[in-house]
Amino acid sequence: MTDRQKRFRGPLVALVRCQLLSLASLVTSLRSLAVLGSLALLPVGAGLPLLPPAARMLRRGSDLERDRTARWTGTVIDAPEPLPTAPTVTGRGAAVLGSTAFWRDVAWCCFGPWSTGMLVSVPPTLVGYGLFGAVAQPFLWPYLGPGNWYAFIPVESTATAIAAAALGLGFVAAGLWLSVPALVRYGEWTGRLLGDPYAARLERRIGQLTDSRADALDTQAAELRRIERDLHDGAQARLVALGLTLDQADRLVDSDPTAARRLLGEVRASSERALQELRDLVHGILPPVLADRGLPDAVRSLALDAFLDVEVDAELPGRLPAAVEGAAYFAIAELLANAGKHSGGSTVRIRLRCADGLLRATVTDDGRGGADPARGSGLAGVRRRLAAFDGTLALVSPPGGPTTATLELPCASSSPKTSSSSVTA
Amino acid sequence: MRVVLAEDLFLLRDGLSRTLAEHGFEVAAAVETGPELLRALRELRPDVAVVDIRLPPTHTDEGLQAALTVRRERPALPVLVLSQYVEQLYAQELLADGHGAVGYLLKDRVTHTAQFVDAVRTVASGGTVMDPQVIARLMARSTARGTTADLSPRELDVLRLMAEGRSNAAVMAELHISESAVAKHTAAIFGKLRIDNTPDANRRVLAVLAYLKR
Repeated sequence: MTDRQKRFRGPLVALVRCQLLSLASLVTSLRSLAVLGSLALLPVGAGLPLLPPAARMLRRGSDLERDRTARWTGTVIDAPEPLPTAPTVTGRGAAVLGSTAFWRDVAWCCFGPWSTGMLVSVPPTLVGYGLFGAVAQPFLWPYLGPGNWYAFIPVESTATAIAAAALGLGFVAAGLWLSVPALVRYGEWTGRLLGDPYAARLERRIGQLTDSRADALDTQAAELRRIERDLHDGAQARLVALGLTLDQADRLVDSDPTAARRLLGEVRASSERALQELRDLVHGILPPVLADRGLPDAVRSLALDAFLDVEVDAELPGRLPAAVEGAAYFAIAELLANAGKHSGGSTVRIRLRCADGLLRATVTDDGRGGADPARGSGLAGVRRRLAAFDGTLALVSPPGGPTTATLELPCASSSPKTSSSSVTA
Repeated sequence: MRVVLAEDLFLLRDGLSRTLAEHGFEVAAAVETGPELLRALRELRPDVAVVDIRLPPTHTDEGLQAALTVRRERPALPVLVLSQYVEQLYAQELLADGHGAVGYLLKDRVTHTAQFVDAVRTVASGGTVMDPQVIARLMARSTARGTTADLSPRELDVLRLMAEGRSNAAVMAELHISESAVAKHTAAIFGKLRIDNTPDANRRVLAVLAYLKR
């Protein structure tokens, strides 16, 4: 509530919004007439062709309402299913009748003006009537003659005029005081009228989860295949070759010690390469510094390896869940690599914060900008990886720069251990 | 020369102990966990510590943390850190106090016994030894940033070996050049990069590393 109240920049703004919303609800009730009219004509057959345009007009109204509610009251209402279409006029009408989103619009235009519309008209009415009492009555009462009442006060003398003015000021104060809560209630009620019911929201969420789970499993399977192939073609093959060379050296050791020594040198070099390949592979799965220290130090380590100047500003409350750390790390690594390859800039700033259960990382470069978020499989891969955690990636890159990539991931710190490098051993 | 050794894998601990003993070191303690290492370093006050970065109980960077902790209490305690991976961050943390007497090597390097023992001696005498991989990445970065653009290929070779902490003799052997050539290249490098050419070899290595880190 306090968070929302801050957005209103004071009751005066809220009051103006209340006034505008109550006027808008008058328009809504006009829209309801059109729709109810075409519904009433259904039995005589004329309603069916009239219904789709009426429904579209109603939808324009409810879309405006959703937009206003989000901007003015802070309550975000999800966009509804689009209105159904069909090839024939009667088919369209029937399809509209079968749409739950249409009936929600109908319910809103019928009940909204009488509930939420009435609600928001209260504060402006109070203030308006209050101003009449406080400002107009003290000057006008001599001309209004006997029978001049202000609320319950008969205003027929200076004393009663002062009382009326005081009462008027009270009304103004009450109206102002009510404007913010009225606006908040308006948002909540409109959200209930226009928003998807709980079951529909769940259904959509399940759809998203199914998609992102399938993506995550695909990614994981591809990753496993890559690891298998790397091991098979790399370290495994090298170890086999190494065994063969050792065998050769074994046979030569008596007859030609010099050749045997040369082969042993090869064996050593080969074993070092195999180790290096294993190291690279492990680094690609889980970088050791990430496992040891967590995200901030892992990003600092990336920064030290980068060819650009990288400033890291990281303040996290503790270690994040390992999967979140991994997803964020690889996303930042990709963004940093992109900045190095494409931006043409010289400095990158990376900022890591965790607030309200959301890890937010921004990577900003001072390059030429104009990066296309759709281009590059790297970014698409990052997005897919983040989606498995309900994470998002946004890219802002105006021509001329700077380019800012912001990734957000839901996170809950898994331990209160600090992330700084001065942890006692 | 007394050594404290920390390594959690028995085979490696045993092998390293024997290698060090064969080369005239006295292995004062060979421990396997972080807390044991901390205690051994504080109580036995060795001349040099050879430490695996990843130790029980957490199997994270216990070894490094223990070494850094003791070096805060006893600055410039010589420590050679061994690891399966090189991380620039860990190299920077070891170098950060500016005292030198640190080493950071991949574990594979212990198979080159002579070079490994040299590295332990260099660190024990206050020198700095960095794994060729650490230096290769620093050099690649400097090349990309153009901070070593003025150097000739031969001078870059000398710079790389110097940054790894190799002695002049080792540089001569590796590049097949004379002592006077090494001296000439070194002077050229320090002139071109505008680094103070101090006669103290250990400080020179630190200066070169600081330059490459920029």
